[in-house]
Amino acid sequence: MDFDLSEEQRLLKESVDGLLKTAYDFDSRKKYAAEKGGWSKAVWSKLAEQGLLGLPFSEDDGGFGAGAIETMIVMEALGKALVLEPYLATVVLGGGFLRRGGSAEQKAAYLPGLIDGSKTFAFAQLEKNSRYDLGDVATSAKKSDKGWVIDGEKFVVLNGENADTLVVTARTKGGQRDRDGVGVFLVPGNAKGVSRKGYPTQDGQHAADITFTGVEVGADAAIGDPAGGLPLIEQVVDDARTAICAEAVGAMDESLRSTVEYLKTRTQFGVPIGSFQVLQHRAADMFVAVEQARSMAMFATMAVDFDDPKERANAIAAAKVQVGQSLKFVGEQAIQLHGGVGMTMEYKIGHYFKRLTMIERTFGDSDYLLAKVSDAGGLV
Amino acid sequence: MDLSFSKEEIAFRDEVRTFFKENVPAATRQKLIEGRHPSKDEMVTWWRILNKKGWGVSHWPKEYGGTGWTSVQHYIFNEELQMAPAPAPLAFGVSMVGPVIYTFGNEQQKKQFLPRIASVDDWWCQGFSEPGSGSDLASLKTKAEKKGDKYIVNGQKTWTTLAQYADWIFCLCRTDPVAKKQSGISFILIDMKSKGITVRPIQTIDGGHEVNEVFFDDVEVPVENLVGEENKGWDYAKFLLGNERTGIARVGVSKERIRRIKELASQVESGGQPIIQDRKFREKLALVEIELKALELTQLRVVADEHKHGKGKPNPASSVLKIKGSEIQQATTELLMEVIGPFAAPYDIHGDEGSNEAMDWTAQIAPSYFNNRKVSIYGGSNEIQRNIITKAVLGL
Repeated sequence: MDFDLSEEQRLLKESVDGLLKTAYDFDSRKKYAAEKGGWSKAVWSKLAEQGLLGLPFSEDDGGFGAGAIETMIVMEALGKALVLEPYLATVVLGGGFLRRGGSAEQKAAYLPGLIDGSKTFAFAQLEKNSRYDLGDVATSAKKSDKGWVIDGEKFVVLNGENADTLVVTARTKGGQRDRDGVGVFLVPGNAKGVSRKGYPTQDGQHAADITFTGVEVGADAAIGDPAGGLPLIEQVVDDARTAICAEAVGAMDESLRSTVEYLKTRTQFGVPIGSFQVLQHRAADMFVAVEQARSMAMFATMAVDFDDPKERANAIAAAKVQVGQSLKFVGEQAIQLHGGVGMTMEYKIGHYFKRLTMIERTFGDSDYLLAKVSDAGGLV
Repeated sequence: MDLSFSKEEIAFRDEVRTFFKENVPAATRQKLIEGRHPSKDEMVTWWRILNKKGWGVSHWPKEYGGTGWTSVQHYIFNEELQMAPAPAPLAFGVSMVGPVIYTFGNEQQKKQFLPRIASVDDWWCQGFSEPGSGSDLASLKTKAEKKGDKYIVNGQKTWTTLAQYADWIFCLCRTDPVAKKQSGISFILIDMKSKGITVRPIQTIDGGHEVNEVFFDDVEVPVENLVGEENKGWDYAKFLLGNERTGIARVGVSKERIRRIKELASQVESGGQPIIQDRKFREKLALVEIELKALELTQLRVVADEHKHGKGKPNPASSVLKIKGSEIQQATTELLMEVIGPFAAPYDIHGDEGSNEAMDWTAQIAPSYFNNRKVSIYGGSNEIQRNIITKAVLGL
């Protein structure tokens, strides 16, 4: 039992916090958002230079062999600074599939570009009717002479518009909601038959709806077993859920800090509004919510390495439910306590609220995951 | 960072668990499972078993009978004790006045009182709250006037838990009527057999008799019963309340109750199927379990951090434990009420003695729900905890 960061982890935290403090104030973020694609290539290069893009990959693959705690540290920092760059899509999701399921050849072909920052990834999973069910896949991958032919539609693919490589879930056999028969495929973003319609999301990130029409890829495009990919998908999505739990904790920390600062400086009736007990207690409840979320983000981080996939999934689902409860309260109350200024696009707090709100709807909302925890028999 | 218990910690947990399994008297255990109150004899018997094992005053310094355990070991011990379930050592002696005496008391006081706290030869109760001094404790009025080698104590204490069993009471008394609030208070030990003390029971809404009023009418107390310095009692009280807060999450109690909810919810039927199969009920329960897991980890974070804050200076984040811990305890008693539905209604005329009626297991569920409203009020109400967070953490 030990909650302290190791020396290396502490240094990592200092360096990523330090980098974002100088490179990612709120005004800079506005500039990055206006760049082509909606994020900054320069910042992405800096993340690569500091080794953050290679963090979770083994040293043999050109990475640093770091674990879930290091990813937690980075995601928390990204959440605190409200970073737009596609770390989740590229390192956690795209990189996660390669790291956990890729062959030696696939790793050699894709990881160097990922780690040096020259290539980004996107995970094309959501379908029109799949909602949060990862096994509900209508997109098909049919065997051909040369490999696979992919047909189908994917929606709200984070970083989907600009990603060099799409990691696509597609059905190789069975019915639309069968657990068996789902594969994971590496598809070049500019492959023939890929049509991408990009758009900004509510929280300032970028996503795309993508149509695959007779897209041909080689036999080596499949990651792992093309008919039994769901356990890998579930594992990598659990990584992603864990990562966005940490991101949410960072965003909540900053939301609370900003709110408390506002309560201290905003004057009404001749006194700082933070002297009113009704507002003090609201802020205290926000603190309680953040601490509960932080505890569960840590729990999820530990659970990533559980041997039993059911136990892992249950723990991470539980964590995301707690984070979901907390982020809704903290996000909404941060706006309320900032008053009218919290409603303006110009002020930063609303942007934290919007990112938190979208995290709740990414890879399972609280209702969906609570049902999972309940079906698994709870935690006690 | 490693959130799992070490091999040594797991071995310790198993040792403690086995000891409780083999040594908690069955009838005492059963009463706790059903939400009843064990009798004085049952509690004392169990505490003496614990003390014989060397675990009666586990967190005290070794020289006074403590164990020298790490904070994680203490956490495991409390958690297992609550889940056994077994009566926790009497807080008023073991967690409150004991540490005050060995930290601020003189040699004579240590020799006289500490062994008898450990052996439960003395039952202690707490004389802090007064009718006019609840959350604003420092406004207390009970006064102790020094006359020769005695204090003459006059006033009234209230919410005095289990004073009906007590041999001694530790009191905050005003010794300087002129000084401002906090600075005129002393910490005095008073023999409950003294002339002029009257204990009057207060019946609470669950029908039980846990708390009392204690009246002091010209009670003579030898001056050597003053702990530490005169007029410094507020500092000792703050130290005492600081020690109280980390144990207050009661994670083990809530875990035990959740098991009971699951057990009963698999027996009680609604619409031809056990209530546990009702999705809405099950999800409500799962949400409480998730909050409890979060609380457990928050508690462990506070425990692991303890050495950085020093004795009697708890991590201000421990207020989270009180707020969430009490809310979850209340949520679990509410869920038990939901499980039994209309059978919550019959009043348990047998009280804590138990009965053999067919629906006996439901008898204490409503009283336990009513009784647990107290947990967000005592030990510094949840509103006071929010004040602490506001001031000590947020700096507002």
